[in-house]
Amino acid sequence: MEVLKIGTAGSVDDGKSTLIGRILYDTKSLTTDKLEAIERTSKQKGFDYLDFSLATDGLVAEREQGITIDVAHIYFSTNKRSYIIADSPGHVEYTRNMVTGASTSQVAIILIDARKGVVEQTNRHFFINNLLRIKNVIVAINKMDLVDYSEEVYTKIKTDFEKLIEKREYKEQEISFIPVSALKGDNVVSTSENMSWYSGESILEHLESLNIENIYNEGIMRFPVQYVIRPKTNEYHDFRAYSGKVYGNSLTVGDEVVVLPSQTTSKVKEIHFYDEKYETANKNTSVSLTLEDDINVSRGDMIVKVNELPKIEKQLSATVCWMDSDFLSSGKKYALQHGVNKVLTKIDSIQHKIKPDYSGIETEASPVKMNDIVSVTLKLNKPIFFDSFKDNKENGAFILIDPQSNNTVGVGFVE
Amino acid sequence: MNNDTSHINPLESEAIFIMREVAAQFENPVLLFSGGKDSITLVRLAQKAFYPAKIPFPLLHIDTGHNFPETIKFRDQLVEELGLTLIVRHVQDSIDQGKVKEETGKYSSRNTLQTTTLLDAIEEFKFDACIGGARRDEEKARAKERIFSVRDDFGQWDEKNQRPELFDMLNGDIEHGQNVRVFPISNWTELDVWSYIERENLEIPSIYFSHKRDTFLRDGMIWSASEFVHREEDEEVSTRTVRFRTVGDMSCTAAVSSFASTISEVVAEIRSSTISERGARIDDKRSEAAMESRKQQGYF
Repeated sequence: MEVLKIGTAGSVDDGKSTLIGRILYDTKSLTTDKLEAIERTSKQKGFDYLDFSLATDGLVAEREQGITIDVAHIYFSTNKRSYIIADSPGHVEYTRNMVTGASTSQVAIILIDARKGVVEQTNRHFFINNLLRIKNVIVAINKMDLVDYSEEVYTKIKTDFEKLIEKREYKEQEISFIPVSALKGDNVVSTSENMSWYSGESILEHLESLNIENIYNEGIMRFPVQYVIRPKTNEYHDFRAYSGKVYGNSLTVGDEVVVLPSQTTSKVKEIHFYDEKYETANKNTSVSLTLEDDINVSRGDMIVKVNELPKIEKQLSATVCWMDSDFLSSGKKYALQHGVNKVLTKIDSIQHKIKPDYSGIETEASPVKMNDIVSVTLKLNKPIFFDSFKDNKENGAFILIDPQSNNTVGVGFVE
Repeated sequence: MNNDTSHINPLESEAIFIMREVAAQFENPVLLFSGGKDSITLVRLAQKAFYPAKIPFPLLHIDTGHNFPETIKFRDQLVEELGLTLIVRHVQDSIDQGKVKEETGKYSSRNTLQTTTLLDAIEEFKFDACIGGARRDEEKARAKERIFSVRDDFGQWDEKNQRPELFDMLNGDIEHGQNVRVFPISNWTELDVWSYIERENLEIPSIYFSHKRDTFLRDGMIWSASEFVHREEDEEVSTRTVRFRTVGDMSCTAAVSSFASTISEVVAEIRSSTISERGARIDDKRSEAAMESRKQQGYF
């Protein structure tokens, strides 16, 4: 069994939470007590339908305002696999929370209100999902019940959206269109009889049919050293293992490796997972390694295979999504966290702002405000070992931390 | 549903990664241990993260004084077997010091009072990271939690202004006096935890298995009849065959009717259950926002 993580996107009131509630309801994932709570509160509010957003809008402020402020994580499973849905906010001012939800997702569902068609937030959310290189996007054209299940409305929106698709950067992204009514349950879990003109899959059928192996791209093996394990007991007197998560591709005992930044070479001696030894460590597993040679390795170093060196530089170009209410300041020093490694950085230059509605760039980039997306060059106090984001997601992304507030103020994607 | 547990592997690796980030980023972390199934799972994950070295942080138990004796016995055995360091702080002490007042009445419980004792312990030991076994699938306010969740000097959660958390990069930078609550099993479901306990062959307190107990019915739930639970005269005690799905203390946890006496029977029962785990938590029933308001105050 596998886990598939889905991020939702779409403008306010497009019905994201309702869609999730419908999926939970139709897959019988809502337990009786939760369902009763929804029924009770829906009735109190005077609704003649079940308000499924009550299942996901977990904060008082969200329920008061009827909006989603922060990501809620929802879990359900079918016979085929387990799913995690990151139910993300639609408002522009909470874009950073939407990015948080999307960053770990393999599939995005972008909702569009059939009555409104493609709006500014549709552009922005598609742009961000494309920037994050989410492999599969489902464009769910929702509220079809309110437009008489009209094929014409669906086709018009699809055609409008296809104009965005032409402009996207990440061309391999797979996009499918599904007409749905989350409220009524059309094409959510089972296919609808109200839209006989649509012969495709329902949302759940589509999710079930995705081949997860294709969603995770094979890349180059990267092993950022997270923590050095030294038991210092009699039994393990000189034992020293380097722990971390394997990214990109697998690692095998006997592989010739280079330790960065020292560039010392060695071989993988053993791969440990708890009290067992393995021949191979697959990607995305947390293991610990020992090396043939006694060399100095510490947190923030990186172990890679020989002939597969990443870039080792003190400057880089990146696309940054700014997430703080304080403007990005080009003179200021920020901490840059790249995986488990942390260095200091200064913004060297702000090239331009990228308009997330696909209308081009703004050369007048300052000031850089919350939710702005900018192309920048950065200078670092020490070299880091990175790949471009398109080659290796984990090793091509970083966050910026304000040293005064300690807040995560931006996310960067290395070009 | 099938019995394949391989989907837990990525969740396990994620949790181990988080444990190691805590050990690397913080000076003085602690693992919040209640003796419940989630914190037992955390202990196993911490063992795996640092093996063959010992778990590099102590356990902290906030004892309400109303705990099931089975849980306390289990806790002490586990600590001894694994050679762990255990710190216990008592809600009774906070009451004796006049910091909190015992609740009275039909629904009185020490659940809310724990927060003060916990925050005092964090201050006493200067803990900068507290690892907890909360899961996002438990409750809708918990569904909003980050993996690293910052608490201010007063232990409070600013739920409307959480740090963005991107990919698996965890930002543990804090000011002196703040602390981070860390939730390594955020993405696990109740069934994942039980399947893991079964797969890893972990021991758990006996109250999780079917047993006979003196109980009474209130609000459609089965309450444990004990000296710590206020009972009305018309609430009749009778012996029922029950088990507990979640273990808070006696005053806030309801039992469920069950004949499940082995882990695999428990797993089968959870798999087919139509009631959520926290459906048996009396503390959550206080209001729609019971969990959120407790979390804002510093509850774990």
